[in-house]
Amino acid sequence: MMKNPFWRRFRRNKGAVAGMVVLLIVAAVALLGPWFATNDPWAMVERPFVQPWAEPGLPMGTDTLGRDILSGLVYGARVSLLIGMVSTLVALLIGVTLGAVAGYFGGWIDAALMRFTELFQAVPSFALAIVLVAIFEPSIKSIVAAIAIVSWPPVARLVRSEFLTLRQRDFVQAALLAGQSTPRIILTQILPNAMSPIIVMASLMVATAILLESSLSFLGLGDPNQMSWGYMVGAARTVLRQAWWMALFPGLAIVLTVLALNLFGEGLNDGLNTRLDGRSK
Amino acid sequence: MNAAVIPISPMHTIEPVLTITGLSISLPAGADRALAVEAAALSVLPGQTLCVVGESGSGKSMIANAVMGLLPRPQVAPVAGRILFEGQDLLQLTEPQMRELRGRRIGMVFQEPMTALNPVMRIGEQIGEVFDAHGSVPAAEKRRRILAALADVGLPDPELLIDSYPFRLSGGQRQRVMIACALVLEPVLLIADEPTTALDVTTQAQILKLIRELQQRRGTAVLFITHDFGVVSEIADQVVVMQTGRVVESGPAARVLGAPQHPYTRKLIAAIPDGRAQTVPYDEVNRVLQVQDLCKTYHTSGGLFKRGRAVQAAKDISFELHRGETLGLVGESGSGKSSVGRCLVGLAPFDSGRILFKGRNLAQGERFRRAAAGKIQMVFQDPYASLNPRHRVGAAIAGGPIAQGVGKAEAMARAMELLQLVGLGADAAQRYPHEFSGGQRQRIGIARALAMQPELLVADEPVSALDVSVQAQVLELFAQVRAKFQLAMVFITHDLRVAGQMCDRIAVMQRGEVVEYGATQQVLNDPQHAYTRKLIDAVPRLAGQVDTEAKVA
Repeated sequence: MMKNPFWRRFRRNKGAVAGMVVLLIVAAVALLGPWFATNDPWAMVERPFVQPWAEPGLPMGTDTLGRDILSGLVYGARVSLLIGMVSTLVALLIGVTLGAVAGYFGGWIDAALMRFTELFQAVPSFALAIVLVAIFEPSIKSIVAAIAIVSWPPVARLVRSEFLTLRQRDFVQAALLAGQSTPRIILTQILPNAMSPIIVMASLMVATAILLESSLSFLGLGDPNQMSWGYMVGAARTVLRQAWWMALFPGLAIVLTVLALNLFGEGLNDGLNTRLDGRSK
Repeated sequence: MNAAVIPISPMHTIEPVLTITGLSISLPAGADRALAVEAAALSVLPGQTLCVVGESGSGKSMIANAVMGLLPRPQVAPVAGRILFEGQDLLQLTEPQMRELRGRRIGMVFQEPMTALNPVMRIGEQIGEVFDAHGSVPAAEKRRRILAALADVGLPDPELLIDSYPFRLSGGQRQRVMIACALVLEPVLLIADEPTTALDVTTQAQILKLIRELQQRRGTAVLFITHDFGVVSEIADQVVVMQTGRVVESGPAARVLGAPQHPYTRKLIAAIPDGRAQTVPYDEVNRVLQVQDLCKTYHTSGGLFKRGRAVQAAKDISFELHRGETLGLVGESGSGKSSVGRCLVGLAPFDSGRILFKGRNLAQGERFRRAAAGKIQMVFQDPYASLNPRHRVGAAIAGGPIAQGVGKAEAMARAMELLQLVGLGADAAQRYPHEFSGGQRQRIGIARALAMQPELLVADEPVSALDVSVQAQVLELFAQVRAKFQLAMVFITHDLRVAGQMCDRIAVMQRGEVVEYGATQQVLNDPQHAYTRKLIDAVPRLAGQVDTEAKVA
């Protein structure tokens, strides 16, 4: 019942549908790919600098150490998606909690939490992420933590502003009069009404997280045990003029995925905005 | 049915300024009906006022916008008929030709005076724009004419006003500026789309008087759109009644109001609250609520270099309420009546004074609400904001009792019962609020309040957002519920007619103070305070109602 108007509005945005298709393909590759790309992404399978299509079984060629680039892409998709989603979830958890508390209670609690948030916003987020990963050993966990820590403040701001307006609504007042408990009011009365902008923001945050992870790996701060797109671009950097394909394929993968996520987020925005087709019936 | 009837006027030799025949306006696909306006016909004579009256969604504003060429084409566009203005069919004109007419020959006043003026332009500049749009006038001459226009609409100190910004003006004053804007080039036709709906009743009376005076002095024809039959009887020469896009009745005001022919007109007129109290005997002994010297001041927080402002919303308010009794808190906007209401239910803290509920002193804030244990409930003004759009209606009603420890099944069963009681089927429980109309939502709001088995119900303007016929039904429901549950009720309203009908006692508030307090009959028929008298005089009423009130007195 809820889905039909949502899909109608979502489908109207052609870019969003294209984005969703690309995302589904990337997700399928990440899940099923290792069964098809049988080479270990770290293993030397051929001589280095094999051009795409030059050898059977190596459609994207090999890199400077003779590793299969297609395998690298497939395994990199896993890492990118995993880090993008998990770090977004963690960031949402922090941001929604702090934003909800600040917006609901207001007063000095709000002031304190917002100053705390500004502390994080005042530091350039990429620099902070580098410092955090450098302090801890680079690993999937530390990268997720670093990305989450630098990306929650906008969530907190958004949720706070939503809560500030929703808190004044009459239905919240009615729930107060009925004696409902504060957590219950926050979770069942206000949060569901603030969900749509949060979901839209989350889809865009996944894109930013993937970019951040790629940037970290490019600088050599990725997990040394995981092949990732950013690492591949970084490794190809020195031979960019001799071997274009080494940077092109992982680079394209990053661009396409991030673009798809942005389009998808925009579609979600249209779909969740009931005002777009007058009244939602 | 008699949509084609053109009102016959005694002065039928005079050419009408505006004649609309067979006008149909389409709505976009997927709307609740195909045509917003269907074969509408009316004509406005010079120096006369034609009121188009109807409930929301009747298409009355569409007619005004069609005349001005302001319809949101192409989704909403006239598909048939003619709009003849001084012999020209406005529907055939091009946009530049329409622009020439707008302002110069046809003036328009909108509903919302607070947003109709550009906040960063001085008053004089805004009126001056009308001159600039229609040829050039020398600056000195322009200023002289703007000053004259401001003086004409009864604004004090035009010399001062012409250079001030809109934020300095009250709603009524802004509406006067809008009228000055519309009339400055002396158009032959003035279109007023609900120009007084957003205003207080005393301000409304002044604006209506102003429009009537200006019209008589200049012989302007007025097309007046309104939903309020009281306003109609104050100002109209001719009346056109609209229902779902059709003209159901038209004719001279005296005939339509005095002897309505169409059942819909009769229903609308009957639905107007007549201010006659339906007193129900109440328990004289059992005091539910005592309010003693309640004070509440709002402080707007000042910045680093400016002092905060303090507004006294309640000053030494005292009253008491018995079981089954209804107290009306009446006043204009800003009188503090809603603030008192919010203090009574514990949603707003108060500065000093005591609120005793069944003899127990209630503290502030959260402790207040815990002590009241949900036995003090509120019905809110805006039926669209008072229900959580993500909760099913049944869950919304049952949520309160469940929070107080009632079992889930029992709470749901009670919710079903209450939905039946307020006139909605039990199947309403499974639906979401957006599937209901404003009146139905207000019924759900009442059911939600009743689910807590309250002893005190505070209703904050519960019917002011509703159409008059729906309003009558909801008021009926309030009366029924009050009698059934022996509720004590505080009824907050700006409408004396509603208060007169609902309340046993009335407290009239002005600037945070109760200026008059007494039994309804006494307050309405023998007001002691000057402000009460002013309020009563300002209420637009049907000619017939004066007699019945005199009889009651």
